Amino acid sequence: MPTYAALIYSPDVDNSHADQTETMAAYGAFGQAAAAVIRGGAALYPTATATTVRVKEKGGDLITADGPYAETKEVLTGFYLLECADLDEAIAWAAQIPGAWDGAVEVRPTIAM
Amino acid sequence: MAPGQPSDGVLERTVRDEGRAVLATLIRQTGSFDVAEEAVQDTVVRALERWRTTGVPAHPRAWLIAAARNRAIDIIRRDTGRPIKEGAAHAMTTRPDDELTGLPDDTVLPDDVLRLVFTCCHPSLSPEAQVALSLRTLCGLSTPEVARALLVSEATMTKRLTRARQKIRDAHIPYRVPADHELPQRVSAVVATVYLMFNEGYAATAGATHVRADVSDEAVRLARLLHELLPDEVEVTGLLSLVLLVHARRSTRVDANGDLVLLAHQDRAQWDHVAIREGVVLVGEGLRRTPEHPDRYVVQAAIAAAHCLASSSTDTDWTAIVSWYDVLSRLDASPVVRLNRAVALAERDGAAIGLEEIEAIDGMADYPLWHASRAELLRQLGRRADAATAFDLALGLPLTDAQRRHLVNRRDSTTDS
Repeated sequence: MPTYAALIYSPDVDNSHADQTETMAAYGAFGQAAAAVIRGGAALYPTATATTVRVKEKGGDLITADGPYAETKEVLTGFYLLECADLDEAIAWAAQIPGAWDGAVEVRPTIAM
Repeated sequence: MAPGQPSDGVLERTVRDEGRAVLATLIRQTGSFDVAEEAVQDTVVRALERWRTTGVPAHPRAWLIAAARNRAIDIIRRDTGRPIKEGAAHAMTTRPDDELTGLPDDTVLPDDVLRLVFTCCHPSLSPEAQVALSLRTLCGLSTPEVARALLVSEATMTKRLTRARQKIRDAHIPYRVPADHELPQRVSAVVATVYLMFNEGYAATAGATHVRADVSDEAVRLARLLHELLPDEVEVTGLLSLVLLVHARRSTRVDANGDLVLLAHQDRAQWDHVAIREGVVLVGEGLRRTPEHPDRYVVQAAIAAAHCLASSSTDTDWTAIVSWYDVLSRLDASPVVRLNRAVALAERDGAAIGLEEIEAIDGMADYPLWHASRAELLRQLGRRADAATAFDLALGLPLTDAQRRHLVNRRDSTTDS
C-alpha cells in the first residue's frame, strides 16, 4: 500500500509549551483514531529553532540560514506518515488532523526507498 | 466512397466513443492509466486506418478491446519497469491470443466508464487539468486538438496532461466509483467540470472567437453520458437540461459576419427545437424530483427554458423568469445572478426599476456586462450621455472581439442619434 506524508502547516507556535496542551490533546486523539494507518511522524519545535541548509552544488559550499525555508504565516509544524489504500483515504485522514482546522495539511505520496 | 465504407465523421465518432469504453476497461485490467492510454491510442489510430477501407466490423468494441489488450501486453513486455497492478501483466500475457479476438461486448463492466469519469474529475486535480484530461480521455480528442480547443500551445497542453497523469499514478488517485456518502460531493465536482468545459467553449472571455462550438459539443456529449451513467442524480439532470437549452441557440448567437446577436433579435426558427424539447422535459423531471429544494442547475435550466419556449422577446414570461431568479438568488447569492435578475426585472417592471436594482449591486466595477447592461437601460431612459459613458467603461475591460464590436456600435448609435 502507498505511504503518504501528511505535512501540517499551522501557526508558528511552540507546541511543547503548556498553553498548547489542548492542541496536543487533539493530536493525541487523532493519533489514537488513526493508529492503524500511522507509520511515523513528529511534532516540530517552532521555526525559530530551524536552520535551512543549502549547498550550491554537490560537494560545494555549505550555506546555512537561520529560520525556515519559506517564511509565511503558516509553517511546517509537524508531519505524519500514513499508509493508505489510495489518495482518497489519505485525504480523509488528513481532514481529521487538527492542523487542517487552523492551517492546512499537504498530502504527498512518498517514494519507497 | 464505395458502399459500406463509413464516412470519416461517422467512423471517427464510433472509434472515439468506443475508445472511451475500451480505455476504461483496460485501465481496470492493467491498473495503469499510462499503459492503457498508450495502448488505446495506438489501437485507435490503427482502427481508423483499417476501417476506412474494410468498413467497421460487426463488434467494433470487441475488436478494439482485443487489439488494445494485445498492444498493452507489448507495452508491458517492452517496459517492465512500469508500475502495473500485480499479476495483471502475467494474467494478460498468459491469455491465448485466439481467446482475445472473440471477446464479447460485455467485457466492459457497466461502471468502467464511470470510474474513468471520477478519476478524470478528481478534486485533487486542478480544474484546468480536469477539463483537459476529460477532453483527452473521455472525449477522445488528441493532445493537439485539446490544446487548440482550450487555446493553449501544444507544449503547454502536453505538460499539463503529463503532470495530471503523473499525479494519478504517483499519488494513487483511486480508479473507482466513490462510496455513497462521498457521491454527492464528487458528482458536484464532475458536474462543475463539465459545466466549466461547456462555458469554456461557449463564451471565450477574450479573443477572436466568440463561440468555440467544438468544446461545447463535447461538453454536451459528456453531460449526456453522465446522465446515462447517473440517471438518479438530479444535478446531472439539471446540467444536461441546461447545456441542451443554452446550446440550442448557438447557431443564432453570432451572424454571418461574426457579430453578436442579442437574444431579443435572434432568429428563433433557427434554434434547435429537438434539443429544446429534450431540455424542457428534463427540466420538468428535475423539478419533480426535488420540488422543495430545486437544484441550482435545474433552476438555471428553467430560466433557459422560459427563453427557449417564448416565440419572441416581448412574448417572454418575464414574471416567471424573475421568480426563477429569486429562487436562484437563494441558492447562489452571487452578484452575477443579481445582475441577470435585474435585467429580467427591467423587462417586467420597466427600465427605471431595473436600473435602480443594477446600481444597487456592489463590486461589479470590473465586470463588463454590468456596465453594458446599465448602459442599455440608461439609453432606454433617454440618458444618452450617461449611457455613452457607461458603454466606454465596459469597453475598457476585457471582451471578446464580437462583444467589443457590438458595444462600439451601441455606443456610437447612442451618441449619433
